[in-house]
Amino acid sequence: MLMSLAGIVFGVGFFISTQAQLSGYQELFIETILGTDGAIRIEDRIQDSYVFVAASTSKGDNTNFFIADEKNRRFVEGVEHPETVIESIMELQNVEAASPVIKGSIQLQSPLRKDSGQVYGINVDDHIAVSALEDQIQLGSIVDFRMAPMGIIMGHKMAARLDVSVGESIIIRAVDQQRRFTIAAIYETGVSEIDKTRVFMHMSAARSLLKKPHGVTFIQVSVFDRNHALIDAEMIERVANHFTAPWQEREKSWMQLFKTLKLSAAITVSTIIIVSGLGMFSTLFMIVMDKTREIAILRSMGYTRNDISNIFLWQGVIVLFWGTILGCVLGALITYGISRLPMPLSGIFATEYFQVKSTVWHYVQAVVAAVVIVMIASLAPARRAARLVPGDVIRGTAT
Amino acid sequence: MESNSERIALECRDLHKHLGEGEMRVHVLRGVNLKLYRGEVSAIVGPSGCGKSTLLYLLGLLDRQDSGQILVRGEEVPADQDEAHTRVRGEHIGFVFQFHFLLPEFSAAENVMLPMRKLGRLSEKEMEARACSLLSDVGLGEKTHRLPSQLSGGEQQRVAIARSLANLPSVLLADEPTGNLDVKNSLMVFDSLTQLAKEKGQAVLIVTHNPDLADKCDRILRMQDGQFID
Ligand SMILES: Nc1ncnc2c1ncn2[C@@H]1O[C@H](COP(=O)(O)OP(=O)(O)OP(=O)(O)O)[C@@H](O)[C@H]1O
Ligand SMILES: [Mg+2]
Repeated sequence: MLMSLAGIVFGVGFFISTQAQLSGYQELFIETILGTDGAIRIEDRIQDSYVFVAASTSKGDNTNFFIADEKNRRFVEGVEHPETVIESIMELQNVEAASPVIKGSIQLQSPLRKDSGQVYGINVDDHIAVSALEDQIQLGSIVDFRMAPMGIIMGHKMAARLDVSVGESIIIRAVDQQRRFTIAAIYETGVSEIDKTRVFMHMSAARSLLKKPHGVTFIQVSVFDRNHALIDAEMIERVANHFTAPWQEREKSWMQLFKTLKLSAAITVSTIIIVSGLGMFSTLFMIVMDKTREIAILRSMGYTRNDISNIFLWQGVIVLFWGTILGCVLGALITYGISRLPMPLSGIFATEYFQVKSTVWHYVQAVVAAVVIVMIASLAPARRAARLVPGDVIRGTAT
Repeated sequence: MESNSERIALECRDLHKHLGEGEMRVHVLRGVNLKLYRGEVSAIVGPSGCGKSTLLYLLGLLDRQDSGQILVRGEEVPADQDEAHTRVRGEHIGFVFQFHFLLPEFSAAENVMLPMRKLGRLSEKEMEARACSLLSDVGLGEKTHRLPSQLSGGEQQRVAIARSLANLPSVLLADEPTGNLDVKNSLMVFDSLTQLAKEKGQAVLIVTHNPDLADKCDRILRMQDGQFID
């Protein structure tokens, strides 16, 4: 019984701590996404194609309709009138800020090396409001960038590749022209793909480099409640008539992966609880077999079937009570301990410690799993005990 | 004077019972009729295997008859209702088995209190007082707090008798209560059983192989092949 109790304690504890770790990394991942590509991206304008429908009313009048043909939707690349779109979406309650961005491919040339990348033309203040760019800067500062019309902010991986640092200048080529820029700051997001390729420059500089005098490539939007982004995106799509990509949809496969990992961890750890449940089941069954005479005698005194099964269910309740309480405490301790463990990591996100994030839900799920399993494990022996016919038992034991 | 029918504590009519399965199925009880009166001690005697214990378990509602009726204080107890069986058992029937079946974890007094606890009519204090008085009635007033393992076989059996009387049952059924005891202890247990019953006006039915004890009873019922003879 003590073994089963220990099993439940560890099962519940591990359940809570593994879920906390996965949630921690998921949270970090989401934070990283929101800090780089933002909550919602407004991309291409939707051009509905209309289908002409001629119909006649019952009176015989002819009426004509235009019906938007969803399947034949077309997209016009970019946002032609960012100001109008931003003005209309700022009306939405959950929208915090919006930053128009112009994007294009570039080649970079340092004195020693060449590299290719993506340029993001931004309005500094707008973009700081929709991303964590300011915090991601490692060398130099946003102030330096703001002061330099031909300044750029470069990812640390790209800087390493090109072997350049803050203050040095570099030649950037796009379309059919090239200009010289100064590296005002170097950033690190932790996402290698971004740190390797993305270069920020002022909107005006990007416009002339890319020869795009009007419009922007996309608008990056930040929101107050990130969980509401899906609905906001839907609203924006309707209000602004542009294709929108909320972070949940952009990173769908990653979110799915986290979900799957959490589920599989939950199942794996639950087996500890299940095994303890089995142990408990067999222990209780042995007790029932061992105590048939006592059960029969209690029955002969007027104790009911429920009285008997309650005795055994109580054992389950006691194990559950201590198992879940101690398990939750253990889970909290492990979670805390893990969060102190150094664990440097970068690639899809950057971190120095194990990431954990506990929610009440992890505890609830662990407790529910333990309750279900222990109840099943004690119910069967309890029912077995209750079904014993006292006459049979006593006949079997008397002379 | 009470009328005859009011004196009947337990009655059975045409009881039949089979035991075993398939080829092994035996017709153990073949139509048993019996009336037990208050304040009367009856003995059942008969060869081993004739069905005495089987009858006692049926009368004690610990088992189900295949056919026939059992009436406790004039009311029929349906064979197929476990709840009714359990309730009547707790309230009106006391059982003493050949083996004492005391719960080893509990003291003598606590064992005697178990049936009272279930019935729930007395307070903790009253139950304790009652357990002590019942135990001193069987000569164990000094040993109420001993565990069963600290008592002799005869003493254990007397605790079991005290326990069977805990809820003042109308019927006391005893299956070879002295079977495991020596002559002296047998007499002592038998005396406490019958004397208490007489004092408290209970119907007592004892199964015994001891002819001396049977002779001391008010009535002897002889059983053979699942029936009473003569
Ligand atoms: N499970 C069973 N299956 C088949 N027959 C059984 C079973 N249990 C008991 N019997 C038979 O039922 C008959 C009556 O048994 P019972 O215990 O009532 O006898 P008894 O009169 O109490 O005998 P004893 O004096 O030895 O205690 C016996 O012949 C026995 O062999
Ligand atoms: Mg017998």
